[in-house]
Amino acid sequence: MLLVFVEHEDGVLVEAAREALTFGRTLAVKMGEDLHAALIGSDDDDLVEAAGEYGAETVHTATRAALTDYSPSAYGSIVAQMVESLGPAAVLACGTSRGNEVMAQVAARLDVPFVANALDITPDDDWQITRVQWGGSLLEDVSLEAEVPLVTCGLHAVVSEPGHSQDPDIPDIEEFDIELEDADLVTMVRDRVVQEAGVTLPTAPVVCGGGRGVGSADGFSQLEELAGLLGGRVGCSRAVTNLGWRPHSDQVGQTGTRIAPEIYIASGISGAIQHWVGAMASKHILAINTDAEANMVTKADWAVIGDLHEVIPAIVEEIKARRA
Amino acid sequence: MRILVCVKRVPAPGAKINVSADCQDVDAAHLGFTTSPHEECALEGAVQLVEEHSGEVTVLTLGVGEAEEQLRYAASVGAGHAVLVEADSNAWDPQRTATALTAAIQDLESSDGPFDLMLFGNESADSGGFQVGVRVAHALGRPIVNGIKGIEVSGDGASESLITARREIDGGFEVYELPRPCALGVMEGLNLPRYPTMKGRLASKKLEITTVEAAAGAGGQERVKLYRPPETVSNTVVLGTGADAAPAVVDVLEELGVL
Repeated sequence: MLLVFVEHEDGVLVEAAREALTFGRTLAVKMGEDLHAALIGSDDDDLVEAAGEYGAETVHTATRAALTDYSPSAYGSIVAQMVESLGPAAVLACGTSRGNEVMAQVAARLDVPFVANALDITPDDDWQITRVQWGGSLLEDVSLEAEVPLVTCGLHAVVSEPGHSQDPDIPDIEEFDIELEDADLVTMVRDRVVQEAGVTLPTAPVVCGGGRGVGSADGFSQLEELAGLLGGRVGCSRAVTNLGWRPHSDQVGQTGTRIAPEIYIASGISGAIQHWVGAMASKHILAINTDAEANMVTKADWAVIGDLHEVIPAIVEEIKARRA
Repeated sequence: MRILVCVKRVPAPGAKINVSADCQDVDAAHLGFTTSPHEECALEGAVQLVEEHSGEVTVLTLGVGEAEEQLRYAASVGAGHAVLVEADSNAWDPQRTATALTAAIQDLESSDGPFDLMLFGNESADSGGFQVGVRVAHALGRPIVNGIKGIEVSGDGASESLITARREIDGGFEVYELPRPCALGVMEGLNLPRYPTMKGRLASKKLEITTVEAAAGAGGQERVKLYRPPETVSNTVVLGTGADAAPAVVDVLEELGVL
C-alpha cells in the first residue's frame, strides 16, 4: 500500500493534497500497490470523500481531543506510527511547507532517508528519483536505498485531477489508534492571525509582479490598481524586498512564494532564475519590460516592450473604458 | 542566551548555475559563494536576540575548508564563536549531514553547556533537502518548528521565558510558543540582514575557528547526476510597444476570462 499524507485547512482538502493524491495514483500503479490516505486531526466525511474522489481507497484517520491544531511533532509521530503498524510500501506527501516538515519529522523518528520535491519516480529495488535542486533551476537524479521510501512530490509537479480505480468512490475509513506524548503537543499552533481576507498570493488567479524596474515603493500603486481591477494580487522580485519596497510576503521566487495564477503579469522584472522558479508554474505569463532580451520577456507567452509606468496606466484605462 | 546558528556555504543565488562535466556537482569556477539566504536571516535574528537579551552566538557549518569564509562572514556581523565541521565535500546526503552535526553539537554542549536556541535554515538554497534541522533537533531532543519568519523571546530573556515564533501561512500567520531549549527552521523575510562594518571585518580575521572532523554516518540517498532542466522555450508574442499595446493586452485578459 502507498500511504499519502493529505493536508486540510478549514474542512477542505487543500489543493496540494489533491496534487499528492494525483501524483500518488500514478506511482501506486507503477508499484502495483493500493492507494491509502493519512488524514490527521479530522475525520470529517467531506474530507474522506474528497480523498476518495482523488483515488484514496482507504482513509486512515487519526484524531485526538488534545490535538486541536497542527503540530509538526505530533503529525510526524502519527505518520511514523502508521508506518510501523500499517506497513506501507512507501509514504508520499506534497512538498509544501507542512508536507516537507511532516516527512522530515517522520524520517527523523524512524532514522530513514527522505527525498524532498520529487518530479518523477521509478520505483525499482532502489528507487530512481528526479528531484528539484535550487528551487527548480537544476534537477538531480538520485538513487534511494530505503526499506520504506519517504518522498514528497514538488508543489505543482502535477496538475490535480480526480480519478479512482474503485466504484463507487467512497473510500473505507479506518480509525487509527494513536499514542501521543506531551512533547508532541509542545509544537502545536497556539494562535492564528489573519492579516488579509480574500485572495492571497499563492491562490490568486492574477498576479501583477513588479521588479527593480518599478523604481520605488510608491511606483507599486499602479500595480495595485491593476491587480485590484483584475481581482488579483501584487507580487515582486527578491531585489524589491531586499530594497524594502515591499514586504517579504509579496516575494515570488525560490526564497518566497510559488505562484500558479491563470496569468502572471511581470513588469520591470528581468527574470533571474531565483524569481523564475517561483513564477514558472503560472499558466500564462505576460512580460512588460523595456528590454526585449530580458529573460522574463523571452520566457513569456506575451510581451509588451516599453516603460511599465506608461503601459500599466494605459491598460488600467482600457479596462475601465471597456467596463463602462 | 546561548544561540547556535547552523549555516551552509552555497553558490550565490541568482546567478546562472552550470554543472560540472561529470554531472556530479555545480561548476564553481565562475561562481561567488555565500551563506544560504534563509541562514543569513537566521544569523541576523540570532545577533538581534543577543543584542536585546545578552548572550552569545555560535555559528557552525559542515563543509569543505573553504566554508571558513562563511564562518568569518558570520563573525563580521556578530557571531562570537565559529565551528567548522570538516567534510570531504559539500554534497553530503542530508541524513549523513544531520548525524555529523548532531555529534558536533553534542560535543560543544558537553564542554560549554546547552544552547537555549538552535537556528537552522528552513532548507538550503542548493540541495533543498528540507530536513537537516528537523533531524538534528529530534536527535538532540529539542522541539522544532519550520517556516519561521518571526522570533520573540518573552519577558526578560531569562531561561524560563518562552520563545514565540511566527510562521507565514496563506493570508496570515501561525503562532507557536516553545519552551527553551528549542530549535527553529528560519526563512528569509525574518529580517533584512545587516552588512558587516569595517571593525567587524577586522575582528573576524582574528577569530579562532574551531575545526572538528565530521562524524561518519549512513545515508540512503545517493546522487546519480545533476543537470539543467530543458530550457523553457517560448515563442513570445510581442503585443506591441508602449501604451499603444494596452488594447491588445486587454484582449488577452478577456480571452483568458480574468477580466
